[in-house]
Amino acid sequence: MDSCKGVIHSLETFGSVDGPGVRFVVFLQGCKMRCKYCHNPETWSFESDDIYTPGELVEKVWKYRNYWGKNMEKGGVTVSGGEPLLQIEFVTEFFKILKERGVHTAIDTAGQPFSNDKDFLTKFDELLKYTDLVLLDLKQFDSKEHKALTGFDNSNILEMAKYLSDKGIAMWIRHVLVPGLTDSEEDLAKMAQFIKSLKTVERVEVLPYHTLGLFKWDNLNYKYPLEGVKSPTSEEMKKAEAILKL
Amino acid sequence: MLDFKEWEGFEGRIWKEEINTRDFIQKNYESYEGDSSFLEGPTEATNKLWGVLQELQKEERAKGGVLDMETSVVSTLTAYGPGYISEELKDLEKIVGLQTDKPLKRAFMPFGGIKMAVQACETNGYTPDPELNKIFSEYSRTHNQGVFDAYTPEMKKARHNKIITGLPDAYGRGRIVGDYRRVALYGVDALIAAKLEDKENIGGGTMTDPVIRLREEVTMQINALNDMKAMAASYGFDISRPAATAKEAAQWLYFGYLAAIKTQNGAAMSVGRISTFLDIYIQRDMKKGILTETEAQELIDHMVMKFRMVKFARVPSYNQLFSGDPVWATLEVAGRGVDGRSMVTKTDYRFLHTLENMGPSPEPNLTVLYSSALPENFKKYASEISIRTSSIQYENDDVMKPVWGDDYSICCCVSATQTGKEMQFFGARANLAKCLLYAINGGVDMKTHEQVGPAYTPITSEYLDYDEVIEKYVAMLNWLTELYVNTLNVIQYMHDKYNYEAAEMALIDTHLRRTFATGIAGFSHVVDSLSAIKYAKVKPIRDEFGVTMDFEVEGDFPRYGNDDDRADDIAVWLLKTFLEMLKRHHTYRNSEATTSILTITSNVVYGKATGNMPDGRRAGEPLSPGANPSYGAEKNGLLASLNSVAKLPYHWALDGISNTQTINPGALGHDEAEQSKNLVQILDGYFDQGAHHLNVNVFGIEKLYDAMEHPEKEEYANFTIRVSGYAVKFIDLTKEQQMDVISRTCHGQL
Repeated sequence: MDSCKGVIHSLETFGSVDGPGVRFVVFLQGCKMRCKYCHNPETWSFESDDIYTPGELVEKVWKYRNYWGKNMEKGGVTVSGGEPLLQIEFVTEFFKILKERGVHTAIDTAGQPFSNDKDFLTKFDELLKYTDLVLLDLKQFDSKEHKALTGFDNSNILEMAKYLSDKGIAMWIRHVLVPGLTDSEEDLAKMAQFIKSLKTVERVEVLPYHTLGLFKWDNLNYKYPLEGVKSPTSEEMKKAEAILKL
Repeated sequence: MLDFKEWEGFEGRIWKEEINTRDFIQKNYESYEGDSSFLEGPTEATNKLWGVLQELQKEERAKGGVLDMETSVVSTLTAYGPGYISEELKDLEKIVGLQTDKPLKRAFMPFGGIKMAVQACETNGYTPDPELNKIFSEYSRTHNQGVFDAYTPEMKKARHNKIITGLPDAYGRGRIVGDYRRVALYGVDALIAAKLEDKENIGGGTMTDPVIRLREEVTMQINALNDMKAMAASYGFDISRPAATAKEAAQWLYFGYLAAIKTQNGAAMSVGRISTFLDIYIQRDMKKGILTETEAQELIDHMVMKFRMVKFARVPSYNQLFSGDPVWATLEVAGRGVDGRSMVTKTDYRFLHTLENMGPSPEPNLTVLYSSALPENFKKYASEISIRTSSIQYENDDVMKPVWGDDYSICCCVSATQTGKEMQFFGARANLAKCLLYAINGGVDMKTHEQVGPAYTPITSEYLDYDEVIEKYVAMLNWLTELYVNTLNVIQYMHDKYNYEAAEMALIDTHLRRTFATGIAGFSHVVDSLSAIKYAKVKPIRDEFGVTMDFEVEGDFPRYGNDDDRADDIAVWLLKTFLEMLKRHHTYRNSEATTSILTITSNVVYGKATGNMPDGRRAGEPLSPGANPSYGAEKNGLLASLNSVAKLPYHWALDGISNTQTINPGALGHDEAEQSKNLVQILDGYFDQGAHHLNVNVFGIEKLYDAMEHPEKEEYANFTIRVSGYAVKFIDLTKEQQMDVISRTCHGQL
């Protein structure tokens, strides 16, 4: 089934921050957002030579089950990107087999493909059947600024958060703190209120903006839009964490 | 059956019928499943003594690495009277005994080779008594002299061109672990009686070479036991009888070890597996109400302080091979018994706790005999200490126990040996990467253009053909293994003859198992090179003499370290092929040939002597250490790399397969609790697949850069890192080796 093949950017066998325990992280290829601080711009394009069927990828990750605990309670698989929801059929099939084998599954998404369109929701509901955790990026609360930052507004993303909350799907909310761009107190306070209204948030994380991915923009001959912007100081981080975690 | 009043309260009888420490331990130890909350901090005495010692270490570093050297007294068990860390504080020392008369002073040990003993003094600015030189070159012979007299021209050439390398022909072979616990359990008189009985029973009357030799050796052992008593008596202790208390047990045991390090300057001088044994005595004293937890910890702290003080006089070439002044005072904790019971006791915690009470330290080389079935509390504690100190290595008890039983020690960096039942002939390494280049060049060395190997037909085709390369490589490996084994036969013969380890052998059974430990250097580079030849197109670049000097690689190829069977199968094939070749040859004293994939820091020196490789490694660059994948080869993260190494069957490399990994703390988890949980998951997953060894470092690369640039900072004085099979203070490495450590993959993520 061709529509069900995954276009993979890379595989990281050891992740420890993208979900609970020891994670096998699958980075899918392709994203429509153009976040100015993206540290993986090489995953934007939809082209890659690494194509896997769900079954093939399961065999690959299955070799790491020893690291997930005797009953696989101490780790699992996280699909990140790129934007994993853009390959929703593949991820669904992949997770379906993993769940049959008892593996903890997580999806790391920015929510951009979400819509209330019936077709999408049917697929999304199917995916959620096999998804234990959603790591959701809230990049900016103000919709206009969100569009300026990523190229898209965020109304559907916030809707998705509510949808997950209503369905009882566990979430980790993540926010990248970029000084001058995503650190306005007002915006963070609104975001905090919003997070508070969600019923299934297990964890809120503030991730410091860093420039370690900058060289990748150069390699791709893209102009880096945040030239000169620095990582947040630990005081700035603490402040944002205090606001977001309420 | 023996019986002593000192044994009151101990169970069992086989260990009373014969010398059998293992039986004593199994009949008497109590597993501990609880957590670390019972542990106590350092006492005032510990702080004071450790303070003095740290000042001495600082002074030693300021003087270029050597504080003081002996120039006129030849080290024997009784060459010196008692010595203390500090004359004024000697009453605070719960465990006493120094190698010489002063702390950190290095003894003069000529039996391995007078030239090296003299050179070690001279390069450090000391002038040894000329009479010593005369005695050991004119009137008497040494190990080094004997070896070079017997070497063939071919051996010398191979050694000079460094295809066999790091050989213990100019330093002590080490790696023999006496069962130092016997001194405590039985007292020396009972051990002498047992050895006398053994001597009576050697041979059936006909005086063959082996019978004569063994009779002489056992006599030397008995003499050493008598000298041990005299040495202990100079400190005011009578070790002829068994130890009566925990304090005596620790002291007696240490005297046994002290006897070894006073008489042998071996490359590795392991302490062995002593924690469970000592715990039995500590438990007994606590039940009697004569020992508190604070006192027990103090005893262990003071004992470990002594292990941190072991020093040897060494020559510059040795220091290049084994950087950072290591002695491999390897000491094991944990493991499980043959009956499945955990051997973790409170004293196993106490030994690891020394890293908190006195800070991180490379010695003793603390080794956790790991199994995923160890108590969860202990695994958690060990991983926490790893994360804080980077001073622990892990070895898989589940693969070693079936081979060596449940009373083995680690005799070097990672190699197992049955305690008191076995000795090992250490034999350094053959450079298999260089051998591949010899195969391509018909035995001509790329660097010297000398015909070192046999003049087989070199490869002359435009591109390397995998099948042709394999055929030629196997032929060249055959030549190399035979030469290597024979060279080692010479070395071991002469070491027994001129530098016999009487004190250690006195604490090992008279009839013992002998292993003949060989080693592989350049492992990952051979694998990746063969993979390049098989899966990409490799074009040799030849110089005007037709010698291949470099390679052009067209296309991509799988590399070892990515859990990719195409490359990893070559790795498994290489190990198996080498081992099978080794086993064909006669080995000295009918020893059992084993091999290892561990190179310690010597990978830097071996790399200097190795030319460009088909995998893209440039001439002179360090080989990757031990069984580690090559620098930059790992593309799928830490666990893929571990899975590749885990495919190498341990029972084909019984001398050990070392693997060193550095993990950024941030990449290990959000906080310390998560980090220690995840580290346990890594260890469980890796070792459950049958892997042998893992060194774990947890720090960021920034810290290494900073330590290199600011070694004077207080925080770096004891900054310890694990390198292949041992630990060193980072600032004690040469600049070259510091750079090598930095260039190795640091697993983190963006």
